[in-house]
Amino acid sequence: MFKKPRWIVYLLILIGLLFIPRLLSIYHLMLFEYGLTFAIVGLGFNLLLGYTGLLSFGHGAYFAAGAYSVAMIGKYFPHAYSIEILIPAALFFSLVLSVIFGFVCVRHTKIFFSILTLSLSMLLFALLFKLYHITGGSDGLRVPLPALFGMSFKGIRRPEFLSGTYYYFLLGMFSVSFLVMKGIVSSPFGKALQAIRDNEIRAELIGIRVRRYRLYAFIISGMFVGLGGALWTFVNGHVTADLSHWVFSGEIVYMTLLGGFGILEGPIIGAILFTYLKLYAMGNTQYWMFVIGATLIVLVLLLPNGVAGAIASLLAKIKRKTVKGTTC
Amino acid sequence: MLTIDNLKKHFGFVRAVDNINLEIREGEIVSIIGTNGAGKTTLVNLISGYLKPDSGRILFFDKDITFASPYVRIKLGMGRSFQLIQLFGNITVLDNVRTALFSKYGMIRRGLLPADRYSSVTEEAIKILDNFNISDKKNLTPTGLSEGDLKILDIAIAFALKSKLLLLDEPTSGVATSDKFKVMDSIVSAIKKEGISTLIIEHDMDIVSGYSDRVIVMHEGKIMAEGKPDEVMENKEVKATVFGIVS
Amino acid sequence: MFSALAPARTWVGARVFFEEELEMWVVYTLNALYFAALLFLTSLGLNIILGVMGILNLAHGSLYAIGAFMAAWTIIAIGMNVPTFFLFISLLSGFVLAGIVGFLMEKSLIRFMYKRTLEYQLLLTFGALLLLEDIIKMIWGGQAYYASAPFDLLGKVDILGHIYPIYFLFVMFITCLAGLFIWFFMGRTKLGIMLRAISLDREMATGLGLDIGRLSTFAFVLGSGLAGLAGALVVPTTPALLGIGMEPLILAFIVVVVGGLGSLKGALVGSLLVGFTRSFGIAIFPEIELPLLFLIAGIILVVKPEGLFGR
Repeated sequence: MFKKPRWIVYLLILIGLLFIPRLLSIYHLMLFEYGLTFAIVGLGFNLLLGYTGLLSFGHGAYFAAGAYSVAMIGKYFPHAYSIEILIPAALFFSLVLSVIFGFVCVRHTKIFFSILTLSLSMLLFALLFKLYHITGGSDGLRVPLPALFGMSFKGIRRPEFLSGTYYYFLLGMFSVSFLVMKGIVSSPFGKALQAIRDNEIRAELIGIRVRRYRLYAFIISGMFVGLGGALWTFVNGHVTADLSHWVFSGEIVYMTLLGGFGILEGPIIGAILFTYLKLYAMGNTQYWMFVIGATLIVLVLLLPNGVAGAIASLLAKIKRKTVKGTTC
Repeated sequence: MLTIDNLKKHFGFVRAVDNINLEIREGEIVSIIGTNGAGKTTLVNLISGYLKPDSGRILFFDKDITFASPYVRIKLGMGRSFQLIQLFGNITVLDNVRTALFSKYGMIRRGLLPADRYSSVTEEAIKILDNFNISDKKNLTPTGLSEGDLKILDIAIAFALKSKLLLLDEPTSGVATSDKFKVMDSIVSAIKKEGISTLIIEHDMDIVSGYSDRVIVMHEGKIMAEGKPDEVMENKEVKATVFGIVS
Repeated sequence: MFSALAPARTWVGARVFFEEELEMWVVYTLNALYFAALLFLTSLGLNIILGVMGILNLAHGSLYAIGAFMAAWTIIAIGMNVPTFFLFISLLSGFVLAGIVGFLMEKSLIRFMYKRTLEYQLLLTFGALLLLEDIIKMIWGGQAYYASAPFDLLGKVDILGHIYPIYFLFVMFITCLAGLFIWFFMGRTKLGIMLRAISLDREMATGLGLDIGRLSTFAFVLGSGLAGLAGALVVPTTPALLGIGMEPLILAFIVVVVGGLGSLKGALVGSLLVGFTRSFGIAIFPEIELPLLFLIAGIILVVKPEGLFGR
């Protein structure tokens, strides 16, 4: 498995990524880090969308679960505020939330599923928003720098933290997430999910308990998204209830579809592209929503398989052309 | 292994299945033919569990499965293919069959190693595809296949479940006439290799007579005739009602 | 929207609420009805589009906003030196503009969505939402438009000892008219029956020779117009601000989903349910009203995913 040329490409990319902090300015590095956290989110989200065929419009809830786990520990248990506790906590709470919400949602499909996921995430939003004594409401909570495996970063400013140790930690988490997700989708479990996506009746007929496996996919995707949310908080420094709002969930969907939900790498590309697009637009015009909206529409109409899909088709065309060329 | 006693299913005034008694023994290939509306599909739906009868019994390996869910019947060894092809359209032909095998072996919980690493299951899937003569297409997705191959794949998936009884609902419907025999050849050779009992619903008498051990003719919910293909073909009543030949 | 009321804000308020006189219940009920009326119009529009075209238009709230801004701008532009009649007619400008925008949207975007999957619809309409929100900003800027003239002009009335704005009654009246019109239209007119045929079975309808394209456009324009009308009706009581359409969208969405896809009765019941929950919820315990709403919606959906009266 590891001998295919694809893995060499991955390895080269990883090595390249190690040098990013030296190549990019701190501003761009932060954008890239935002992109990486959303890439993890996208990978998780796409397990549910691309591989299991369920479109959730409420995955912001799990992002919020992960993010708020970090922020709340920071606020109420500052002595436990180190990454070794924060990451497992984020995974735990997003697990619990996705089990509860997922159990309710996977009983339904298509539009009802989307509607239900949206409603439940808005329920969480409303709770986060209204219980401002605990959660900070619309003002949100601050997220200080965590301790990393014993190293404390007190007194260090965020940009320095982000361009140093944290970048490598984030890159490590991203790589692990990628490997795990790759393993999942190519495994028998992953094939079963795809079977459910393609034909749930037949899947049931070959002995797959469709509802149960949808729930498994839901939970795994929720955990990935929660992890992304937690990692995101350190870059952003701040969490608000909006993370559970349907518009934010919509952005997650947007990223995944932008990159292409048919390929594993799609959401990664989509996440990084979207992050840059959004922040570039926001930085350059007050009409950034127009820019994002228009780009979305154009891309969806022109590239139905997303950016990654378009690249893949292009590569396939080139491959065919070169093969043709050599036989001449 | 399959026994049906006095099975009845009425839809209001329509007696879709009207007091049917039949038996299928191990290793047999039995075909059910009849005009449209004779009750063939209703019968298969009753056997596979998609419909519950009004009265009567169905025994499978001596177990009463009359009201059992389809899931239970699958677990007991009943497999079914459909008139309208039901495939997994976006995964490879190999994966279509291999996933069924993974499910059969209870391996679909395994989420860490790539499916390709499970060499024994993969080889078995390829062998099944071989038996059906479509293993050369194993890395294609169903979109690249001909109608006949799609039908074969559909049946191959049911096959992978190691069913002891296969219910094939019009296995050559939608297949170009020139391919029908090719499709049936592949299917029946695979079936005979494993000695699986099969119940085939068909319209086409030519198809049926070439491959069946026994033929059952249904008409208006009842069994009109039963026996070896040539015997049944000669039956006057059958000729009149099913073929419209009056002598 | 509830400036006429001073809701109790703490849990003490809950106790006070129950101890207050009957007239407060009357006021809360009238407020609920007013709120439900606006919601009914909005969700009816969403329902028609969803029912006839099978499209979930995420930009529906933006059409509400367009109606609000247009009406507000017109009212302010007309000024006070005109007959009262014109002030009220100008509310219709919201309805008209929203309908026009709906028409443009349908012709340019929505036609790409018919055969596509849900993901496409949600993505494209999400993009449209972003687009429209900024277009509103481009045209009308970021300030608030206060157009309270119609509200002030109608004055107040005494209901069971409590003062109640007549404008609210006016809104309910308009909504009843609109509701009756739609009910009559869908049930009795040829055009309405054709629309219902399409919503029940699109393919069959094509087979019957119905011009799906034209009829779908009409349905979309009608649905969008209704959203615009609701937005227009609300501006005399609330300033037109950026983002004004977001909450109505999500509430209309809840109504459609709770009441049932494609059901007029459902839209009515759903609107009343949400209206009452909101009105009484805000009065008792402001913090609970939004979560409560989603909780109720969630419960209904879990038990009956098609909605109360849905197919």
